[in-house]
Amino acid sequence: MKAGKYIPVALLALVLIGIQQLTQMTGTVYYLTQMTMTAYYALLVIGLCLVMGYAGQISLGHAGFFAIGGYTSAVLTTYNLTPLLEKGNVLISFMQASGVLVTRQSLYGQTLLSVHPWPACIVALILATAIAFLIGIPVLKLKGHYLAMATLGFGIIIYRVALASEIFGQADGISAVPGFVLLPDLIVSGDFNNRVQNYYIACSTLIIGFLLLQNLIDSRVGRALRAIHGSEEAANAMGVNTTRYKLYTFVLSAVFAALAGILLTHYNGGIGPSEAGIMKSVRYVAIVAIGGMANLWGALTMAAILNFLSLRGMFGSYDDAVFGSILIIIMLFAPNGLLRLPIWQFFKKSPAGK
Amino acid sequence: MTLLDIKNVNKHFGGLQAVSDVSFAVRKGMIKSVIGPNGAGKTTLFNLISGNLPLGSGTIFFEDRPIHGLRPYQIARQGISRTFQNIKLFPGMTALENVMLGRHTRSRSGFMAGMVPFPATRREENEIKTKSYELLELLEIRQFAQVEATSLAFGQQRAVEFARALASEPQLLLLDEPAAGLNIYETAEIARLITKIQSHGITVLLVEHDMSLVMDISDEIVVLSFGQKIAEDTPSAIQLNKEVIEIYLGGADA
Repeated sequence: MKAGKYIPVALLALVLIGIQQLTQMTGTVYYLTQMTMTAYYALLVIGLCLVMGYAGQISLGHAGFFAIGGYTSAVLTTYNLTPLLEKGNVLISFMQASGVLVTRQSLYGQTLLSVHPWPACIVALILATAIAFLIGIPVLKLKGHYLAMATLGFGIIIYRVALASEIFGQADGISAVPGFVLLPDLIVSGDFNNRVQNYYIACSTLIIGFLLLQNLIDSRVGRALRAIHGSEEAANAMGVNTTRYKLYTFVLSAVFAALAGILLTHYNGGIGPSEAGIMKSVRYVAIVAIGGMANLWGALTMAAILNFLSLRGMFGSYDDAVFGSILIIIMLFAPNGLLRLPIWQFFKKSPAGK
Repeated sequence: MTLLDIKNVNKHFGGLQAVSDVSFAVRKGMIKSVIGPNGAGKTTLFNLISGNLPLGSGTIFFEDRPIHGLRPYQIARQGISRTFQNIKLFPGMTALENVMLGRHTRSRSGFMAGMVPFPATRREENEIKTKSYELLELLEIRQFAQVEATSLAFGQQRAVEFARALASEPQLLLLDEPAAGLNIYETAEIARLITKIQSHGITVLLVEHDMSLVMDISDEIVVLSFGQKIAEDTPSAIQLNKEVIEIYLGGADA
């Protein structure tokens, strides 16, 4: 449609390149680590923004989808299949023959046989999609507080499962997750030598995700979503299958969350149950709210700023309290988000009339 | 030719029989009105046709296909479009966008096409836009295309709602009290627009309170009282119908 909407995105890309150059010049390359993580969290937030801001549904369980993606990929890429292979498991030998398994050395020189990150990533995404469908079909029949409570319940279940299961490492989570070799020489990992590369991988993923959602919002589907938000009854009467649209949006955002979880897990080399925690979900909702709900740019900006500050430890032990307070303050004083406060009107010289 | 055929339709809410054994047919090309005092079951009947309420019993056929039991969006896809008594435009969307949404059933781009718009998708989007402008033109509100729809004057909002309903190129247009909340000038304006719509070959079924509107433009009128059909005739015959005069003017005391 309008080519103009791509200009801000191009500017964003330039800013991101500028930031990297700046850290290089000032010798603060270590900032890139938090920025990379921030980009992955932001990927989840813009997906949630579509659900909350545009389709008008709430989800307090998105950390759950993040965890489903991260944990699935972590388990598959770290679980040692050598004993099963030695026992002559047909499935494992078939998988090895078809090349979805890789061997690597553990820290102690032991040979590990596990799933390659690519098939692991695909399985994780499929699993997240399936769970989002299974949860979404009954839950999206609910509205308002009831939907919030149901998704909250889902989040708690995922958190508790992660915390209780041996295979998910219980309270310790899963560590020693290998890097994700996207292409030869393009590896998602926390290796210091890969820092700049990973910053660009994360930023590119985020920008691609952002462009996809921006296009979607401008399309026939986006119009239908905004219509559902405005009046579900009228949208339905105009031929929009509101149930299906809400479900697909929910699933799409779950895929965004799962992808963020997968990539961040490989980047960090591990994942713990705190990633599935309720306070994480609350944090994402707070960021979408402060960004102005139906505002993809707002969500992106706020996700970048707040996650970065939080990851740099600016909020100290009050981290969760800060995000809780943000949510309360925003709801009370700026329900349309920080970027739509009346104060900004002073800076915009509006022509007489309108 | 019968377009819409309503047979023995019933609906009750708890102990209240809102619509009781109502039958009538709407022939293609006509303007048919359903009138009745407050609480006569007009809007309920309307919601039964459009699928917003489930039918108690009876049948509704549209072009000889049963539509009772379908969800509203499925009924919309059959070629029935509607407006609402308390205008339901989409807030935060311009008049043009509201009308473009009305084109939903006549377009198909899904989530994938939305995220990665190929030329075919853009062509469809342009078609939607062109058609929507045509409708704004038809309803004489083109100058408000870029204005947020819910900020327009009431009469103009009605026109936007008409345009949105027409965007799906329906065979049958259901209008729920189109004159509600309008002054006499705006009502006359709406009446003119409804006849204009009819002249484009669209059948109209409307529910109305305002007698001046109904008597002027209807080809046939159905009168409901306490959920029952008490008369069905041409406007001039309805005006002379004793029973109708009684329920409107209060019977023997009048």
